[in-house]
Amino acid sequence: MLSQIAFWGAVELGLVFAFVAIGVFLAFRVLDFPDLTVDGSFPLGAAVAAVLITVGINPWLAAAAAMVAGAAAGTVTAFLNVRFRILNLLASILTMIALFSVNLRVMGKPNVALINADTMLSPFFGLGLREVYVRPLFVGVLVVIAVIAVWRFLESDAGLAMRATGANPRMSRAQGIDTSWQVYLGLALSNALVALGGALFAQTNGFADVTSGVGTIVVGLAAVIIGETLFGARGILLALIGCVVGSILYRIAIQLALSTDALGLKASDLNLVTAVLVAVALVLPRLRRGASS
Amino acid sequence: MIDLSNIHVTFGKGTPLQKEALKGVNLTIEEGSFVTVIGSNGAGKSTLLGVLAGDVLANEGKVMIGSTDVTRKSTSARAGLVARVFQDPLAGSCGSLSIEENLALATRRGERRGLRSALGPRRREIFRERIAELNLGLENRMKDRMDLLSGGQRQAVSLVMATMAGSDVLLLDEHTAALDPGMAEFIMKLTQRVVSERKLTTLMVTHSMRQALDFGHRTIMLHGGEIILDVSGDSRKDLQVEDLIAMFRKMRGETLDDDALLIG
Repeated sequence: MLSQIAFWGAVELGLVFAFVAIGVFLAFRVLDFPDLTVDGSFPLGAAVAAVLITVGINPWLAAAAAMVAGAAAGTVTAFLNVRFRILNLLASILTMIALFSVNLRVMGKPNVALINADTMLSPFFGLGLREVYVRPLFVGVLVVIAVIAVWRFLESDAGLAMRATGANPRMSRAQGIDTSWQVYLGLALSNALVALGGALFAQTNGFADVTSGVGTIVVGLAAVIIGETLFGARGILLALIGCVVGSILYRIAIQLALSTDALGLKASDLNLVTAVLVAVALVLPRLRRGASS
Repeated sequence: MIDLSNIHVTFGKGTPLQKEALKGVNLTIEEGSFVTVIGSNGAGKSTLLGVLAGDVLANEGKVMIGSTDVTRKSTSARAGLVARVFQDPLAGSCGSLSIEENLALATRRGERRGLRSALGPRRREIFRERIAELNLGLENRMKDRMDLLSGGQRQAVSLVMATMAGSDVLLLDEHTAALDPGMAEFIMKLTQRVVSERKLTTLMVTHSMRQALDFGHRTIMLHGGEIILDVSGDSRKDLQVEDLIAMFRKMRGETLDDDALLIG
C-alpha cells in the first residue's frame, strides 16, 4: 500500500493537473478542438512563474503572468487554425514544438530551481498544519474556485455560445455567434488554465523543467476520460468535477502501479503505464456497453 | 423588406468547374410578405437563400434587408436580421444541448452574449410557455437533450427558436422535406400561424408545387439561375400545379424530365 506521504503527494499532483484536465475538457469536449498546445503551455506556465519568482516578483503575480503567457500560446494555435485554415491538430503541434524553444529562451537554461524562494504556498506553511496536507489543501481550494468559475461561465450566454460552436458551428453562425472568435477565446482560456497548472507545479515542486511538458495532453485526456467513465454525461458541473476526480484517481493509480514491487515497474516506465491506463479507460465504457447489449 | 438587385453568383470562377448559380437576379419582397420559391435541382434556390443568409456572398449586385446593406456581411454579422430553419432537422439546433439551452441560444440571436446565466427562472418560464404552445408535450422535457427528439419535433422547436429574437426576415429552406407527411403538415400549419401572427417577411424554398401555391402571397420559380416566373394576387389564385408545369414548359421551351418538380 501507499504511504501517507506518497498518497497525499499523488492527491496534490492530481489537483495540480486538474487545471490541465479542465483546460483539455474546454478544448476537446466543449470546442471539439483537439489541442496539443498544452504540452508546451504547461512548461511555459512553469517557466514564466519560476523565472519571475526568482527575480523577486510576487508569486501570485507570477502565476497571473503565466496564465497570460498560456493564453497567448492558445491564441497562436487559434490564429494558425482560424486565419490560415491549418488543420486544428497540426496547428497545435506547430505551437507546441515552437514553445519548446520559447521555454528555453524564457528560462535561459533547461531548468530553474525555486529553492528557498517565496511561493504562493509559503505563507501557509507556518500555520501549524503539516506541509504534506497544506499543499493539496491549498491547490484544492484553487481548483474549487476554477471549477465554479468555469461552470458558471459555461452556463452563461457567452459560455453557451462556446458550447454551441463546438456542437454545431453552422447553426451557431446562423444564431449570430462569431465561431472564429469563440475558437480564440476557448483556446486562450484553456491554455491559460493549463499554464496556471504549470505555474503551480513549479511552485509545489520547487523547480521548472523544459521537459516537464512531455505527455501533458495524455495525462489531461486521461483525467477527462476517467471522469466521464465515472460520472457519464450529466451536465457541465459533474463533467468538471469528473475532470478533477479523474485527475486525482489517475495519479493514485500511477503511484500504486509504481510502488507495487510485484509489478517491478520503475519511474521510467511512467509513460508506458500512462498509455496503458488511458487505453483501458477508453476501452472500458465500450466493453460495458457491449456487455449490456 | 428584402431587396436583391442584379445578383450574380459564380462558383469556382476561373476553373473548369465554373458554374453560374445566379445570373442577375432582381427581387423585391415587401414587408410582411410570404414568398414561396420553387425550381428544379440546380436552379439556384439554395444559392438564393444562401445570398440572403450570408453563407454565399454575391460576386456582383446588392443585398438589402430592411434598410441595411448586408451584401458583404458574414452570416453571424447579419444574424440579427435573419432567422432561419434548415432542411436537415439536425442542422438547426445543437443535439448535445437541452431544449431550453437551445432556446436560450436563440433568444440572444444577433445580440451580445454576456456572462449572465443563460437559464434564469424568468427565461425558463418564457421558454416553457413558448414550447407548450406547440402542443407536443415537450414542455415537460425542457431539460432533455435535443438529440432525443424526433425530426419533426426538432423542426417544431427550430421554428420556435426562429421567433425567439426579433428579425426582419424568416428563411425556410425546404424545412418539411425530411419529414413524414403528417409531421410535414403539422409544421406547415405551425409555419403559417407563426408567420401571420408575427407578420414576418418570409421566403420559403420548397420542393413541392402544391405547397408553393397553397401557402404565402406570391410564388417565384427559378431556372438556370434566373427568375422565370413571378406570380401573385388573382393570377396566382387561379393557378394549378398543372398550369405551373405547362408554364414552365412554355417559358423554357424544354421538356420537363425532373421528377422532383412534379411531386406534390
